[in-house]
Amino acid sequence: MNMLEISGVHTHYGHVHALKGVDLVVRSGEIVTLIGANGAGKSTLMMTLFGVPHLSSGRIVFEGEDISGLKAHQISRRGIALVPEGRRIFPRMTVLENLQMGAAMSPAAHFGPDLERMFALFPVLEERLLQRAGTLSGGEQQMLAIARALMARPKLLLLDEPSLGLAPLYIRRVFDIIGELNRDHGMTILLVEQNAHHALRVAHRGLVLQQGKVVLEGNGQELLANPAVRAAYLEADQ
Amino acid sequence: MRAIFPRQALSIAERLRDAGWIAFVALVLGVPMIGLTTVDAGNKLVVHTRLPLLMEFVAACFLGRLALRFSLDKFAQRKIERQAQEARRTVQIPARSTLPLIKWLGWWLLGAALVLPLMFSGNRYVVDTATTVLIYVMLGWGLNVVVGLAGLLDLGYVAFYAVGAYAYALLSTQFGWGFWQSLPVAGGLAAFFGLALGWPTLRLRGDYLAIVTLGFGEIIRIILVNWTELSGGPNGIASIPRPSFFGLPFQAPSDDGVQTFAGFFGLEYSPGQRVIFLYYLILLLALLTNLFVTRMRRLPVGRAWEAIREDEIACKALGINVVTVKLSAFALGAMLGGLAGVFFAARQGFISPESFVFSESATILAIVVLGGMGSQLGVVLASLVLVLLPEIGRDFAEYRMLLFGMAMILIMVWRPGGLLVRREPAIMAPAPMQARP
Repeated sequence: MNMLEISGVHTHYGHVHALKGVDLVVRSGEIVTLIGANGAGKSTLMMTLFGVPHLSSGRIVFEGEDISGLKAHQISRRGIALVPEGRRIFPRMTVLENLQMGAAMSPAAHFGPDLERMFALFPVLEERLLQRAGTLSGGEQQMLAIARALMARPKLLLLDEPSLGLAPLYIRRVFDIIGELNRDHGMTILLVEQNAHHALRVAHRGLVLQQGKVVLEGNGQELLANPAVRAAYLEADQ
Repeated sequence: MRAIFPRQALSIAERLRDAGWIAFVALVLGVPMIGLTTVDAGNKLVVHTRLPLLMEFVAACFLGRLALRFSLDKFAQRKIERQAQEARRTVQIPARSTLPLIKWLGWWLLGAALVLPLMFSGNRYVVDTATTVLIYVMLGWGLNVVVGLAGLLDLGYVAFYAVGAYAYALLSTQFGWGFWQSLPVAGGLAAFFGLALGWPTLRLRGDYLAIVTLGFGEIIRIILVNWTELSGGPNGIASIPRPSFFGLPFQAPSDDGVQTFAGFFGLEYSPGQRVIFLYYLILLLALLTNLFVTRMRRLPVGRAWEAIREDEIACKALGINVVTVKLSAFALGAMLGGLAGVFFAARQGFISPESFVFSESATILAIVVLGGMGSQLGVVLASLVLVLLPEIGRDFAEYRMLLFGMAMILIMVWRPGGLLVRREPAIMAPAPMQARP
């Protein structure tokens, strides 16, 4: 079943035409990775999904409902959670308070069990529970950002460059967790990455975005083996 | 970076040049302010020069700058050393966040506030000043919701204070409403004005928001000055009834059979009773405000205020309706300002637009910033400093505001984040069961 269908989406930032007709489908229970260079429109696509900015034309359908006209908080309440680029945790609030913000829209009865689940996934958060989130390391902040998004019990998790600026050890950890969430908890994930190597390996399917358009599509292994992808996104990494 | 490029100590020539430059500025400013003075000779003013005083002033600035620069350098050096030391240590930051000392200080201040009128029952000046402090504490707590918690820079807060004050003044003088009846109505009206300001400014932040709110404050004041039929214009509204003690007025016993406070309790009448009653009234209002705001901070909406201050985009992504959260902060802050305004009108018995000028907004904002954004106790300390300093400075007559300004600068140099920078987490319970969202 298609959880998310994006068809013919155009987005403008003022006069800049950032997305030029993107088509994308995410099926229930899969990890889809979107790779692309800086400025290809990856983050714009993520933000457009959230209605900031609104798309100029096209359709975004989530679980059979057109969500393209909705406001960000309404979209989030439909069951989509975003881990934004650069983590964007609340630095002066404690780890616990950050998690509470993530659960702000869910019933109070969920909070205790959900918190326990997060501690099981990210033990470091339990250790740092009353620490100010801004004092965590980058990797820990990324864990917190993911946990905060999961507290809302989303059906679809959007991750915008989760490996950005992290130490190699943490990059591996982040992708392990992404795989684990999908495998053990059935989480549907749309992942945007520059780190093509890791991101394609964990994904069921991958798409390459270039100058606001999807130029290539295939399963993760195919794209990893594709010479054009290797040349553009992998060789430089190594 | 600092460790890699240690700051070079300034040479003596550089220090002298620096101080010389300051002395020059002092000279330029000092000629009109100190060097020239007018003396009333008979029936006309004569301009006299005061060169020795001017020279002393310039010399003081020169030496003062040398000393300041020197001590600041020493400070900076010590700070670098301390940071280096801390970086070497890899100690866990303790999870306990409230310093016992600060908690103790809060309780001590509350105790002092409770017994103050008893200690100084004969000294009207002390109780009056303390009442003023408490009005500013309440205003500071109200503005703290908007600026400190929600991070929305509001330079027109005095407008809500004015709305509350005028609402009570009009309700009481025109319709004969009592203090307690007017209080919720005036608070509600101020909250409505808060929404009226908040709605059009939802998309603005920081400097832009500050400019619009500044304009809003002025609009309210100018309306009050010009709408003479409603507000009495520049003449204001006089003979506003004072609050009574459960229906018992504070006045000298008279023959017309009105039961007075003093008469009811069989006390000797003294005008000080009303002053003390007003003091306890504002103390009660301020404490209720504090209780209310601290409770709100523990609720989801209170946390959402802080989250919006931290990161608006992240809030949207978490499903938080930024519009309602911002409007609730504006409305609540405005309401508290309005309540303080009601008290102000009732205490003064007379209000005019002059009480609600921009400098009041600036003072309240200074209280919030000086106290440390978002800190409740910080607001109390800052109100004490900002109200008491000019009072103490009365002995220095015309140098009063100069001393006041200097003290403000020193405090901000010494504590750039405000008196109490540490933010207390709204929730301390680590157990998941206790920490419900």
